[in-house]
Amino acid sequence: MILTSFKTFGESVQVPPVFLPKTIPGKVFSGEESFGYLFSNYRYLLEKVDYFGQLYINTFALIAGRIFFAVITSSLAAYAFARLDFPFKKFFFSIVLVQLMVPSQIYIVPQFKMVVSLGINNTIMGLIFPGLVSAFGVFFLRQFYMGLPDEMSEAAIIDGCNHWNIVTRIMMPLTKTPMMALSIFTAVFAWTDLMWPLIVNSDSRSGTLSSALSKIQLMSEVFKTPHLMAASLLAMIPMILLYLVFQRQFVEGIAMTGIKS
Amino acid sequence: MDRNKNLPGGRHRFKRDWIWAYAFIAPVILGLVVLNIIPFLQSVWLSLHDKYSGALGLDNYIRMFTGDALFWRSNLNTLLFTVLTVPVGILLSLLLAVLLNRNIKCRNLYRGIFFLPLVCAPAAIAMVWKWVVFNSKTGFLNYMLSFFGITGPNWLSDPKIVMISIAIVAIWGSIGYDMVLLLAGLQGISRTYYEAALIDGAGSFQQFRYITLPLLSPTLFFVIIMRTMNAIRQFDLSFMFVRDTDPAFPSTQTLLYLFYRETYIKLNANYGSAIVLWTMVLILLLTALQFRGEKKWVHYDN
Repeated sequence: MILTSFKTFGESVQVPPVFLPKTIPGKVFSGEESFGYLFSNYRYLLEKVDYFGQLYINTFALIAGRIFFAVITSSLAAYAFARLDFPFKKFFFSIVLVQLMVPSQIYIVPQFKMVVSLGINNTIMGLIFPGLVSAFGVFFLRQFYMGLPDEMSEAAIIDGCNHWNIVTRIMMPLTKTPMMALSIFTAVFAWTDLMWPLIVNSDSRSGTLSSALSKIQLMSEVFKTPHLMAASLLAMIPMILLYLVFQRQFVEGIAMTGIKS
Repeated sequence: MDRNKNLPGGRHRFKRDWIWAYAFIAPVILGLVVLNIIPFLQSVWLSLHDKYSGALGLDNYIRMFTGDALFWRSNLNTLLFTVLTVPVGILLSLLLAVLLNRNIKCRNLYRGIFFLPLVCAPAAIAMVWKWVVFNSKTGFLNYMLSFFGITGPNWLSDPKIVMISIAIVAIWGSIGYDMVLLLAGLQGISRTYYEAALIDGAGSFQQFRYITLPLLSPTLFFVIIMRTMNAIRQFDLSFMFVRDTDPAFPSTQTLLYLFYRETYIKLNANYGSAIVLWTMVLILLLTALQFRGEKKWVHYDN
């Protein structure tokens, strides 16, 4: 259904009311016009939004950056909270827990001011900024570190490993699955987030696919329905492809984030 | 602490552990302080100051509670959205999860299909629904209704219907996620319970009522809490579906949409902060309420 609707062009769909657009693409094929005619909506869209490629780069840089920072910082902290004893542990852990309950929108205005004063608004770093650390990630990975047997790290200590080696050589390889789950969770939320990219990267060129779509939609005098459909399809394709490739990890990763409690 | 004593180095070792521990938690704690705790305090600070006079006081809150009809309307809209989406969405996902938990051949395929909306950006989803399904002239929904001789409503511009339309999309988008969580919960229930019930002659409804539901209740509780929180934070769909110039706009503006408009369109971050802090209080209140009810129906195995 989505496919047929975006392939149709111009106003032809809208003028005969309540008429599913199936007949029209067929006519285009049988006609003498070139194959490229079928994609005229896409051509038009990409001419007007010539930075569409940049949007892909921004979106994937955002996702990759958030995963990178969140997984590394959360793994280290989760190991400390699960496996080490240190003064004020409860106090520090309560700092993490409190963040789980507060809606992130509360931080948006001050975070935006910080980003502006750092001069990183309208950059990829600005997009990543609020996701540098993840309270959820710490909480989530801690559950798995607690489940790992003590003997392993004790043996490693006797062999002369320090804690850094234990985390990177022993713990992280053992928690590949939860780390993957956290990555997917982070990716989905970075990808679907609309408010932060809208605010922090107000320049269209530095936005994400989501924020750009919401802006394109508002330009009704430039873009008509078929163009909007073309834009949403273009925006969805990479994530859907990724999903099809990693479907099992996606579904099981999300399932895992639910069992934590 | 004890386990460290048996290791080479003894207490000395333990002291050195502190340094490692602090080094490991430093990035996260520092990040949370800078990114969350300080901003939180700043939001509180902002909300206590008037934008124009700069005076300290509860003016923003007084205006919000007594002088702003839009604020109350947004509360109502947000709660209406929550009531429309949470029970129906969870019931449907529970139903799906139970169905998929039986030995269906293409379980993974179905699971994958229902999960798909989650990986699509809400902005793209909203756009497709808006033009392809809900459009009153050319939309799929009214086209189908016309076969039955029904003239479909203006799904997105009729103030009475618009919230239902948004709720439909929200439910459609969340079913896959909830279903995956519930399915994981169902698969954690041991077969032996059902076998015992079968021997005792329990029917499938009784099995569901007395085995599945109690044992699934922790997962169900988690899903309900999470869904309620998300429903109160709803912004994207209202933002994408209805422009602030549309006649249906007053019926769709949620709390966070109001916050967005006050802060970034009317540029009054002080008042906006008061709104978003109220949203947090609302979430905490509802969550606390649910935790009070938890003992009555949630069973933990151990």
